[in-house]
Order: sequence, then C-alpha cells, then structure tokens
Amino acid sequence: MKILANGMHYSALNAAVRMSEENDIEIMNCIGQRYIGAGLSERYIDIHGTPGNALGAYLNGAEVRVDGNVQEATGDTMNAGVIEVHGCAGDATGYAMRGGKIFIEGDVGYRCGIHMKAFRTQKPAIVIGGRAGSFLGEYQAGGTIIVLGENLGGKPIVGYFCGTGMHGGEIWLRTDELTAALPEQVKSERMTLSDEAASLIKEWCARFGKDEKPYLSAVYYRLTPNADNPYRQMYTPN
Amino acid sequence: MELYIRPDYEVVRNESRCIACRVCERQCANEVHSFDPETGLMRSDESKCVNCHRCVSLCPTHALKIVKTDDTYRENANWEAQTIHEVYRQANTGGVLLSSMGNPKPYPVFWDKLLINASQVTNPPIDPLREPMETKLYLGSRKANIVRGEDGLLKDTLPPQLKLSVPIMFSAMSYGSISYNAHESLARAAEELGTYYNTGEGGLHKDFYKYGKNTIVQVASGRFGVHKEYLEAAAAIEIKMGQGAKPGIGGHLPGAKITEDVSETRMIPKGIDAISPAPHHDIYSIEDLKQLVDSLKEATEYKKPVIVKIAAVHNAAAIASGIARSGADIIAIDGYRGGTGAAPTRIRDNVGIPIEMALAQIDTRLREEGIRDNVSLVVGGSVRSSADVVKAIALGADACYIGTAALLALGCHLCRSCHTGKCNWGIATQRPDLVKRLNPDLGYKRLVNLVSAWKHEIEEMMGGMGINSLEALKGNRLMLRGIGLTDTELRLLGVRYAGESL
Ligand code: SF4
Ligand code: SF4
Repeated sequence: MKILANGMHYSALNAAVRMSEENDIEIMNCIGQRYIGAGLSERYIDIHGTPGNALGAYLNGAEVRVDGNVQEATGDTMNAGVIEVHGCAGDATGYAMRGGKIFIEGDVGYRCGIHMKAFRTQKPAIVIGGRAGSFLGEYQAGGTIIVLGENLGGKPIVGYFCGTGMHGGEIWLRTDELTAALPEQVKSERMTLSDEAASLIKEWCARFGKDEKPYLSAVYYRLTPNADNPYRQMYTPN
Repeated sequence: MELYIRPDYEVVRNESRCIACRVCERQCANEVHSFDPETGLMRSDESKCVNCHRCVSLCPTHALKIVKTDDTYRENANWEAQTIHEVYRQANTGGVLLSSMGNPKPYPVFWDKLLINASQVTNPPIDPLREPMETKLYLGSRKANIVRGEDGLLKDTLPPQLKLSVPIMFSAMSYGSISYNAHESLARAAEELGTYYNTGEGGLHKDFYKYGKNTIVQVASGRFGVHKEYLEAAAAIEIKMGQGAKPGIGGHLPGAKITEDVSETRMIPKGIDAISPAPHHDIYSIEDLKQLVDSLKEATEYKKPVIVKIAAVHNAAAIASGIARSGADIIAIDGYRGGTGAAPTRIRDNVGIPIEMALAQIDTRLREEGIRDNVSLVVGGSVRSSADVVKAIALGADACYIGTAALLALGCHLCRSCHTGKCNWGIATQRPDLVKRLNPDLGYKRLVNLVSAWKHEIEEMMGGMGINSLEALKGNRLMLRGIGLTDTELRLLGVRYAGESL
C-alpha cells in the first residue's frame, strides 16, 4: 500500500499504517510525521522523505527502511525489528533499546544507544556508518554498538563522554588510534572483530551496497565495562 | 559491630517468661537472637537489631520488648546520636549513606495544621447512612471539544479516563523493591476495591497481567520491562520523572537483588545491576516530555491515559504548568515524605518540599492559567489517613496515592531497613523464606479493609460538611482552616485561619 503523506497529521498517518490490510507499506513525501511504526510487530514500512521524531518507538518486530535522514529518538525502547536509514540520524537514537537492529548509513547525533540492554536471546545492535556525537552508549547495559567512521572529515569518530556509566555490552570503533578520552568505567582494547560484530558489519554493507573488505580488515577498538572499576557508588547502610 | 557505633536499641527479654523456644531466633533475619546450649538461655546481639518488632510480635510468651537504649553520649542539641553515628559510619567505610522509607525528620506536617469544616444549622450535615454519597471519580483530561457528527448528535471526544470507586490508589512500588506476595496483595486489593495499583519501574510480572485493568504501569528512565504487551496490559501508563523520596536522582538495584524472577520481569539479565539514570536522557524539556507522552499514546492507540509523576520540588507549580500542556492526562505529585526502597539519606532528608504546599500551589497555578481541566492531579508522599485524603482533595487533588500506609496494612513496622533486603515482614525482600511470611490471601484483605474503612470515614467527613460528592469537595478550600500557621503558609495553602468566618 502506498500512502502519500504530505500534509497528513501523524496520528492519521500512523492509523493508516496500523489499519492497512497489506503488510508492505510505502510512505511517500514523508515530512516530519512522528512515531511512525510505534509498537508495530509485523509491518514492512518503506519511507521516502524525512520521518519525524521517535520513528519506530517500542518497535516490536516490524522493519522500517528510510530513504533519507531521520530525526531524534529513532527506535526508542525498541524490542525487536529492524530500522535501516539511508542517511544520518539525530540525537538519542536507540534509547533504552532491548532488541532488534538499527543500521545508519551516515552519522548519528548525541546520546546514541543510551541505556541499551540485552535480555535472554535479545541482543540489540546499532551499526553507524559515519561518526557518533557525544554521550554514545552512556549507561550501556548490553548489546553492541559499532561505529565505522566513514567520512570523518577531520572530526573524531566519537564525541565526549563515550560509555559513561557503562555496565554491560560492547562498543566497536573502527579507528587506527583511539583519541577519545574515555571515562574510568570503560576499558578499551585494540582487537580483531568478533564473529558477531563481523556479521553485523556484513549486514550493514549488504544493506547499503558497500564492499565488505575495507571494513572487515580494518583496525578496531573494543570498549567494554572496566571490571576493575565498575560503575558503583559505595553505599553505607544507615 | 561497626566501629564506635553503639546499638540504638536493647532487646529486653523477660527471663521468667522466656521458654527458649527459639522462635525469635528463626524469625529474625538480622540474626540478633541465638541459643546458648551451655546455659540453655537465649542471647542477643543488639548491634544488629533494626527494631522491626517481628520477634516481639511472634514471641508466644510475650517475653520480648525492644527499647531505645538509655546509653547516652554527652548531651548536645547540635550533635544528636544519629548525626554522630552517620559521621562514624562514613569514616568507617567512605560510603554514601543509604536509607529507606520516608523522611523521618521533624519537619512540620501541614496536614496536621489544617482543620476540616462541618455544617451546623444553616446547611445541615448529610447522613451517609441514609443519603447517597458519591465517592466514585474519574481521572483524566477533561479537555474535550464539542463536535457533532453528521447526524447532528454530539460525538464523544473525551480522552480516556480511569474510573475509581474511591479517591485512593496504591502508589508505585516495583517488583524487586518489594516482594511478589506484596505485589499480589496490592493487585488483588485494587481489583476488589475498584481502584488501581502501580507496578513501579520494575516491569509487570507475567502472573499479574490478569490484573491489567486495575494496573498502572510505569515507564522510567531505565525503561525496565517496557514493551508493547506491558503497555497494552495496563489501564494507564505513568511516566516517572521523579520520586518524592529522592528528587533529582535515579535508582540503582544492585545485581545481587536481581533474582531470576525479578530479571524476567525487568527484562534484564540476572545478576547485572539495574541502573536508572537520574534523568530520562531523551527528555530535557517539556517538548521532549510531550514526545514521550505522544509516543506512548500512539503505541497504545490513544486508549489509555498517560500520567506524569514528578517529585514535589521548589518550582513544582511551573513544572506542572508545563506538564499540563504536554498532552499528559494526569499529573502525579510525590511529596518529600514519600517512601522508598532505598535512597541516599542526605537526599531523602533534605531535598524536596511538602506535598501540601506543592499541591496547593499547583492547583492554584493551573486554575489561574485556565488549564486545570487539562489534567487530573494525584498526590502522595505522604497520605496517612482518610483525613489527609479529605484535606488533599479540598486543597485541589482529584485522588491520592498511598504507599507507606498500604505497606503498614501488609505488616510493615516502619523499621526503615528496606535497603538491606532482609525485611522480616516479607515485604521489602526477595528472600523466599522471608517472602512467604506475607500471605497474599490475608494481605489483600487487610488492604481492602483499610481502604474500605477510609472510604467510610471520607463519607462521614463529607457528610458532615454537607457535601455529597467528591466533585463538590475538590479544590473547596473554604472547607479548610489553618491552625498554627504563619501568614505565608496560609497564603501558600490558600486557606484562612481557624476562626476566620466568611
Ligand atoms: S531486628 Fe526485628 S526481629 Fe530482629 S531482634 Fe530486632 S526487632 Fe527482633
Ligand atoms: S517494608 Fe519491611 S524493611 Fe521496609 S520498613 Fe517496612 S518492615 Fe522495615
């Protein structure tokens, strides 16, 4: 089903998506409508244009593809499914995500992947083609974030405060040299890709039509919680 | 025993009554009591006693009592024993002081400085036994547009509402901070009473989905257990921005308390710390809050009211004004005396403002701005009796949340040791041997008893005022008079002094 979105209020657009009898939906001329796909478990939604904030919030298995950029809070509290963005993403992408995958071709803004967590077989993943802004993976409790660092234009691959309060999960950065000052709770190691990370990168390449080789053979730093210095304030029962 | 800290209590055992049955030994999870086989007598290590009264209540011969020690430091009005102990504790460990339950400090309780009116002669009291008394109410936004359908008839555009048969709900307490049996008691009581309980931020246990229509689910900064079915199961969704006992700070449930069942419910791995950041890191403004409110509504197809809960803080009125414009249906305000399973002592005892002041100011502000009907107001922290409920409603609340009072009904003895996880009453613990001490079949009945009793009392007080519905009491501050209050306090509460007539 094709929906021409120009001039449509988000609640009307989302109701049309929810109520559609067809599983495959194409949204044309998307101009900032928010919450597209919120909580959906079954749809395939192909968006042309620019969806608004909180695209795919609480997504529960549906797949969303965006031909363009996305704004803030994409994949908020996502549980399952895929969001594929042929462009850049704004702030707070993948906030508190518990499952599913987000693939971004370009950069992400601030606060990406904050409080991402894993649960049983659910392991959320975010793969970012470009660079990530400050506060990447703060309070991360599980899952995988990969930053591939394409087109850095002289800027660092991640901004400030990467992984503050991290207590689970992992962040992979494709970089020859780690220049970011990391907080005490984060440990960094220069490492070859794990099978799991490599397969996520392959999937990213396949989705955006990139040659795998330069990504798979590159140097990576893996950030994990520092077991010697866990996020913990010492408490005294009073 | 911690260095320098002398026990606060003495366990007094009447040797002529004690039969050395060792009940106290089995009942005390703090391991205060022990049996000395050589003498055949019971012994106690008082340094571990938290004064929870479990042993006192269960001793079959009433041989025990716990008394405050009369051992004393050199008297000093500035340096009380508790203050001295806190310094010792921190010097011993270098740790942040951790406490639980509500602020115990002797700040004024404004509920106790408000008096309720009654009718005499000119406007007779109503006898609730004879006349119908309306304690039913709806919570939600009253902001409805008048729209007519093609047939010319009015269309129902009222946003979704919660229907309560009493103006009392059970406030947010997570599974993890309290036990399975405590949750079951609250859920069943809410169902029987026609009101709601609140999951707190720990997710909804699979066994309790069946109470969904009496359940408010919480969405907090850690988003624990938040997923589609969770949101769908509930009658309403509460966004937790703050908590009265610890405004401005997040939560931290240590990995050790994340048992198998708690981990399933929170949807996080077993044994890993559950950290709720202080802010929602995607909410830095009212516009951002609106986005979370709207996304929750979209995900649940506009069928459920959304509550935004904040702690009562200095600028509560301005904040509430923003929330009332964010699309939220209900604002919950939690006063600085609200309970908690664990909070840093300094925050609990020093941050926030009294609920009475926050409520009066928020109600006034929303009325002045013409947006009071955008939202309902629910207050808690702490509401201790039916009189507090009546006063809260007269100050402008639609309904109240009770937490500590509900736990007291379940057997809590306010020992303020919830953070140790060894609650001897089976409430604030995950230890199976302790949890089973709370029987939900009895627990839920005690909650039903409590709230039913309060309901009768509310009806009597309303009848006395000549008021026969909660709607007519709401924000009716002429039904209140202040006593022992300063001019500023009277002004902030919007009430006259006792004796001041119309
Ligand atoms: S902690 Fe409770 S059960 Fe143990 S001795 Fe003290 S009052 Fe008795
Ligand atoms: S819930 Fe248990 S530990 Fe907490 S104050 Fe009450 S009796 Fe004490």
